[in-house]
Amino acid sequence: MNLVTFSGPPSSGKTAVIIKTIESLKERNLSVGVVKFDCLSTDDDKLYEKLGVAVKKGLSGSLCPDHYFVSNIEEVVQWGLQNEFDILITESAGLCNRCSPYIKDVKAICVIDNLSGINTPKKIGPMLKSADIAVITKGDIVSQAEREVFASRIKTVNPKAFIMHVNGLTGQGAYELSTVLYEEDEQLETLKGRKLRYPMPSALCSYCLGETRIGESYQMGNVRKIKLNEQ
Amino acid sequence: MIATENIATKKINTLIKEYPFLADFFENHQIDVKQNGEHTIESYMASVDEEDREDFAMDQEKLVSAMLSYIDQMMAFLDTEEDKGVESLTIEAGTDKKGEAENFEALKISKSEIICIVGPTGSGKSRLLGDIEWVAQKDTPTSRKILINDDIPDKKWRFSSSDKLVAQLSQNMNFVMDLSVYEFIELHAQSRMVENEKEIIEKIITEANKLAGEPFDPETPVTSLSGGQSRALMIADTAILSSSPIILIDEIENAGIDRQRALELLVGEEKIVLMATHDPILALMGDKRIVIKNGGIDKIIPTSKEEKGFLTELEAMDRTVQLMRKRLRNGEILTSLR
Ligand SMILES: Nc1nc2c(ncn2[C@@H]2O[C@H](COP(=O)(O)OP(=O)(O)OP(=O)(O)O)[C@@H](O)[C@H]2O)c(=O)[nH]1
Ligand SMILES: Nc1ncnc2c1ncn2[C@@H]1O[C@H](COP(=O)(O)OP(=O)(O)O)[C@@H](O)[C@H]1O
Ligand SMILES: [Mg+2]
Ligand SMILES: [Mg+2]
Ligand SMILES: [Zn+2]
Ligand SMILES: [Zn+2]
Repeated sequence: MNLVTFSGPPSSGKTAVIIKTIESLKERNLSVGVVKFDCLSTDDDKLYEKLGVAVKKGLSGSLCPDHYFVSNIEEVVQWGLQNEFDILITESAGLCNRCSPYIKDVKAICVIDNLSGINTPKKIGPMLKSADIAVITKGDIVSQAEREVFASRIKTVNPKAFIMHVNGLTGQGAYELSTVLYEEDEQLETLKGRKLRYPMPSALCSYCLGETRIGESYQMGNVRKIKLNEQ
Repeated sequence: MIATENIATKKINTLIKEYPFLADFFENHQIDVKQNGEHTIESYMASVDEEDREDFAMDQEKLVSAMLSYIDQMMAFLDTEEDKGVESLTIEAGTDKKGEAENFEALKISKSEIICIVGPTGSGKSRLLGDIEWVAQKDTPTSRKILINDDIPDKKWRFSSSDKLVAQLSQNMNFVMDLSVYEFIELHAQSRMVENEKEIIEKIITEANKLAGEPFDPETPVTSLSGGQSRALMIADTAILSSSPIILIDEIENAGIDRQRALELLVGEEKIVLMATHDPILALMGDKRIVIKNGGIDKIIPTSKEEKGFLTELEAMDRTVQLMRKRLRNGEILTSLR
């Protein structure tokens, strides 16, 4: 089984791109499963179900979804193996700009859209910086100039990424993406012992643990204070 | 290629002097060059406290390796400017949706040619454009093969972000950036690292104004241009500033611009133009048209002298329609078609 991890800012087109890509994979008779990781709620699972794709979802609640992802990915892989998928795809809501769900030697794809603004690439951190492929969506609604400027910004942030343009509505570019996703001789059995591409900060403060009262005396653990006196 | 040790021990200011494009790289990695110019990457990293390093996900090894790739790519990019470019594009036949061979062997399209693509919805027009963009090597559902300058194309057309083979224009495209026309083109010019920036910006604005019915000035925000003005600016910008030698146009029929002039501008800049259209005027402006049926190229028809002859008449009819539209909009009662 191949494992592919997708991440990217909210509403960037992750589900749309994955769905179009799965359509191309299915034409090659490859079986696909999807797991969606999100924070509080998601309806993405219904979209995948409609396509007849086996899907599971995991909600992290108050945890950073990427922390939740690493804590569960091995179980998810085992589920994929039991179901004998050729490809297991994870979709993570890129809600934390500091973390990313990418694992060393597991294909990592960041989906980012042309409408998000030219400063987004530098703001979203490891989610883009350490991806293998950056997929740019919504090129159908912006000018050629904006597409070129946006792509060049992405290249400055992650010079190693292979940049692809995919239209999540029409599927243009999705066939091409599907050809670089699947590698027949890559057989994943377990992730045990594998490493994340970027460490995730361990920041745990009193409020993570349920504290609701405000004031210094209630604050324990990893507390950091705003610097109001600096210019 | 430069060595890793060298990079980490050179001052940031020195690096930028050697590779001016690194200024952009540092900015996008949130390193303030003004404040840290005298640092080396090593000493800069050491100067950042552990917490900040963790917050901004900084990692010296990854930063240096990203920087090396960036330098390599930019050097390669600056080099290719001297390439002889794309003289021709050849489509070698594949199969239609039933898997049957297409009705032609190969179609060679040269620089400055205009090719139209016609066929019903779902017939495979976008797939053909997709094959060209991906420089298909019998590895798409159509099994077509694309050659550049009669040869198997360089891998860069597929994998490099700065050397894209194809630029696209279509009806639904809008400007979304919050910038004036001038600033907008300037930003594009900078990302392309052109030398004579000012000259090019002015040329684009002049050409765009020739295409648009109503002129606009450089201070206008791009988002408040009319449909026609936007289209005109996009075409002029793509013709003059885009690096891509091939332009794909997807239906720009009712764009409110001088279509003939727009096509002349594009081919005048030595682009190859492929246009999916059902507009008879645009279709006849092409040198040839490709008829797509059932996923395959069914016919390739050169536009005959006779067909070109109809163009004048069609254009007159088009003007009449526009005129009547204008009169009706003004609340007039029509008494003649002239
Ligand atoms: N015009 C256009 N719309 C797109 C494109 N790709 C996605 N969309 C639309 O953008 C919206 C968000 O797409 P999704 O695929 O749900 O985005 P997502 O990243 O999965 O969103 P979350 O999982 O909620 O974070 C939907 O309405 C899509 O139809 C595209 O290439 N062009
Ligand atoms: N030669 C072909 N072989 C197999 N599938 C094809 C072929 N040509 C087109 N298709 C498929 O047919 C569908 C419709 O084609 P598309 O290019 O979107 O049509 P159009 O742009 O003309 O409306 C797409 O899914 C495309 O991949
Ligand atoms: Mg989604
Ligand atoms: Mg189409
Ligand atoms: Zn996080
Ligand atoms: Zn907390």
